[in-house]
Amino acid sequence: MTEILIKNGFVFDPLNKINGEKMDIAIKNGKIVESVNEQKAKKIDAAGLTVMPGGVDIHTHIAGGEVNTGRMIRPEDHVKDVVSKTSITRSGTGYSIPSTFVTGYRYAKMGYTTVMNPSMAPLGAKHTHEELNDIPLLDKATFPLLGDWWFVLEHLQRGDLEGCARHVAWMLETTKGYAIKIVNPGGLESWGFGRNVHSIDDTVPNFDITPRDIMCGLAKVNKMLNLPHSIHLHTNNLGIPGNYVTTLETMKALENVPTDGRPTCHITHLQFSSFAGDNWGNMKSAAEEISKYINNHNHITFDMGQIVFTDTTTMTADGPFEFTLYQLSGHKWVNTDVETETSGGIIPMHYKRTSAVNALQWSIGLELALLVEDPWKVFMTTDHPNAGPFFAYPKIMAWLISKKARMATLAKCHKKAQKRSLLPSVKRELSLYELAIVTRAGQAKALGLKNKGHLGVGADADIAIYDINPEKIDVAKKYKTARKAFGNAAYTIKDGKIVVKDGEVVQHTDGKTMWLDVKTAEQLKVDEEMKLKFKKYWTVEYENYPVYDHYVKVPEIISVKASV
Amino acid sequence: MSVINAVTCPICGCLCDDIEVTVVNNEVVKVKNGCAVCEAKYMGYKSEHRIRQPLVRKEGKLVPVSMDEAIHKAAEILANANYPVLYGWSSTNCEAQRVGVELAEEVGGVLDNTAVVCHGPSLMGTQEVGIPTSTLGQIRHRADLIIYWGCDPWSAHPRHLERYTTFTEGRFEDSEWKSYINKVKAVAGKKKLLSAQRVEPHKKPHETVAESLIFNKPPETLQKEGRKLIVVDVRKSMTAEMADYFIQVQPGKDYELMQAIRALIKDEELDVEQVAGVPVDYLREVVDALISCKFGVIFFGMGLTQSAGKFRNIEVAISLIRDLNSRTKFLIMPMRGHFNVSGANIVSAWQTGYAFGVDFSLGYPRYNPGETTSMDVLLRGESDATLVIAADPGATFPKKAIQHMVKHPLIVIDPHLNATAMLGDVVIPSAFVGIEVSGTAYRMDNVPLPLKKVVEPPEGILTDEEILKKILEEVRIIKSKRDEKTEAP
Repeated sequence: MTEILIKNGFVFDPLNKINGEKMDIAIKNGKIVESVNEQKAKKIDAAGLTVMPGGVDIHTHIAGGEVNTGRMIRPEDHVKDVVSKTSITRSGTGYSIPSTFVTGYRYAKMGYTTVMNPSMAPLGAKHTHEELNDIPLLDKATFPLLGDWWFVLEHLQRGDLEGCARHVAWMLETTKGYAIKIVNPGGLESWGFGRNVHSIDDTVPNFDITPRDIMCGLAKVNKMLNLPHSIHLHTNNLGIPGNYVTTLETMKALENVPTDGRPTCHITHLQFSSFAGDNWGNMKSAAEEISKYINNHNHITFDMGQIVFTDTTTMTADGPFEFTLYQLSGHKWVNTDVETETSGGIIPMHYKRTSAVNALQWSIGLELALLVEDPWKVFMTTDHPNAGPFFAYPKIMAWLISKKARMATLAKCHKKAQKRSLLPSVKRELSLYELAIVTRAGQAKALGLKNKGHLGVGADADIAIYDINPEKIDVAKKYKTARKAFGNAAYTIKDGKIVVKDGEVVQHTDGKTMWLDVKTAEQLKVDEEMKLKFKKYWTVEYENYPVYDHYVKVPEIISVKASV
Repeated sequence: MSVINAVTCPICGCLCDDIEVTVVNNEVVKVKNGCAVCEAKYMGYKSEHRIRQPLVRKEGKLVPVSMDEAIHKAAEILANANYPVLYGWSSTNCEAQRVGVELAEEVGGVLDNTAVVCHGPSLMGTQEVGIPTSTLGQIRHRADLIIYWGCDPWSAHPRHLERYTTFTEGRFEDSEWKSYINKVKAVAGKKKLLSAQRVEPHKKPHETVAESLIFNKPPETLQKEGRKLIVVDVRKSMTAEMADYFIQVQPGKDYELMQAIRALIKDEELDVEQVAGVPVDYLREVVDALISCKFGVIFFGMGLTQSAGKFRNIEVAISLIRDLNSRTKFLIMPMRGHFNVSGANIVSAWQTGYAFGVDFSLGYPRYNPGETTSMDVLLRGESDATLVIAADPGATFPKKAIQHMVKHPLIVIDPHLNATAMLGDVVIPSAFVGIEVSGTAYRMDNVPLPLKKVVEPPEGILTDEEILKKILEEVRIIKSKRDEKTEAP
């Protein structure tokens, strides 16, 4: 294995409290080490460059049935963005739903090395893993959708938390998943018959249970199982004006879940859950109310779901919400309900500056990120591809670090949105240190990934080097330079291999797929009764349901000892 | 003797995974739970049609050669071609399909699967208006109105009704098996009565031809609780015999009929007596049933995708479902044929963005049905080599396409000496996927299922994946040698 020495870069490593110090980073056998033999090691001259841990994305839809159906129905999305084969890389297409290889290449070009696929129907888990295997250059993990799974609903209905926990542990292992994903709890089961829930205290039809019971129940289960990440929640009433009330109620409901000091819940793409007003005409930002709550409480982390003005594709397990979008837009509409588990939907979407609603959404995402004081609670995402494709991240970074950049965009937005936006009053500009938190360190911490998001000894040698000299340029003023640098990493190093140089992929490597092996004191008994139930609930046999080991090309199994 | 449980059947898009196979001395001796087609395949896959060794055409005749020679010959053909077509893929596993995409990319060819002659129009329809659908279990648990349109599952997907729709027990809906038995008994009783009266049922007096083309009034049962079954077809198929109501649409008029239903759903008046041969009064009752059901679904087949109108039929069918969703829950699903044609679409889509008809000749994937599918390229006479795997275009493609195909070198990879193989220049036998090879396949509702290897393949026979990998490797060697030559002064 080659040794690498990155010399004299400005290092931003927030988990180790290193803020732009000029120092060397040594790599050996794919890990960061104290030192290497300077004679033997390959040296990278990083003088005048910014060195950060490889980027971590906590929420990006890049693989699986939903994503692939999106690819299939949108040839018009691909034809404008084609990628040719080279001697190192495979061909493919973009734009908003890139093919698997292109997904890996584009993330790596931005210096990202770890991504989370946050939405996987357990029945389609094999499909998700087959696609993840074909996404190169990145480490990956995927979250099974469990909030409306009949086994969960039935156990929580009976108040049997331990039984629920054992089933969740079994499901994580069976689907090779990493965290508990909950989408519009109760709403997806209701959608089976074309209905929805409208508050966290609505009763789910055919199941005597409420969204509140599901969220709190699974949050407790999450703690009982000692999972590295908290529950990963897409709130009820997402995307509906006035929904910030539901979001506040949700966060309050979760206050009661006993905690070990770590956050209880990650609310994903919070922008879509922070609308005030009661219709699309008088919709307003609720970023102030939401951020005030988050500033005063410590059990919540969130990611932005930042809008980017472009043509993209929305896709979520929230089937009823996609139906609402269909009714609003009349656009092509995909719905995919999954037996006993979840639902899903897809609608293409063009976010326009000239639309008051879209422009306001754009503003809300940034307001949330800037008004929440503690950067360790805030993570940068576009909920790819829902609010925009992930390769727009450099733009968002520019908006976060530069008021000038924000105001330049705001000036081009719909007048109504300009008037209602809080952005002109927000002076805050994230420093590179804070940016490193919201784009890697904080995300790795929230995910409980011990070897990611930092450059301490023993960490995975996943590193991004950008052509930014913090001593020479003020990124808040020269945001265009920074934007370009963040989009074309000078170097991306994955597991100690240089995979990107000057914004071009120079080497292929398969990333790992991380999954949890949760050890409960009493393992779930897969007896005849369970098998019979299986036959009743699903249309596949028990033996054919699990994601067997050979479906994961490069596995990294993370063992967790549960307290049940 | 070993009994293997939960085997996935590699025949049709139902992908039943509850088959029990008994194996003695590497021979399948017994098959349980499968339909007639499944049993026939498991018992007969080793028939005399099986190819036992690689063949290459020499002086007009297919003669046995070594595997290495056949692989090299195939690679040479592909490496030297300017615009090869790589077609088939639907009866093999996803693992082989993955290598297939890479091979097509490497040789700059056209990658296409059998969807082009079956559900390609369905994919194009979804590209116009999307598709509200679900997995099959959702229908099992919830559907109280099931419609088969232009398809005959009783013959083509024999266990579809039993496993996923009318005759299965769901959480919220029961099986209609008993009422079907009662209905069969009643029909038999009626026949007996008629025979006692010495009236032959098909020669009832006063019956005109027009009347015999049915139209019975929709039965009361169409508005009842519980599962209802409606069949729409141009002929009274086996499935139609079982239906609560059969609508015999005039050939080629499905589009018209669906537009009429859409109008009626929106409470518009139709000032005609009948549409596509169906009296409008009866159609109104059908529409009532559509709107008043709790959860409806339309399954459609080639009767819709390959009849006049093609993808416009599908577009309007899906539009009908979109309309219905403003009144109740309604979904739609194509009845995919080959057991892994869905997989061929899926693998192609995740690697290239496109589900079928992918053209790599410019170095990146391009898709434009009417221009880039295998059929388009063959009919225009543009290709200069063909690789066919896991399909039999020789038996299914139009004559003109085949005539062009055989003008140029043809490579065939298949377990059997099918029509295409007999036309081939290089024929490479492969192991039978799902019986002799494991892997992954996707059901018609895009649910992935593992295929099982229950017996060893005949000696010396490789899997599709292995064959393709070898060809790919060989192609790369040939190309790099050629590059060296051209670079030399």
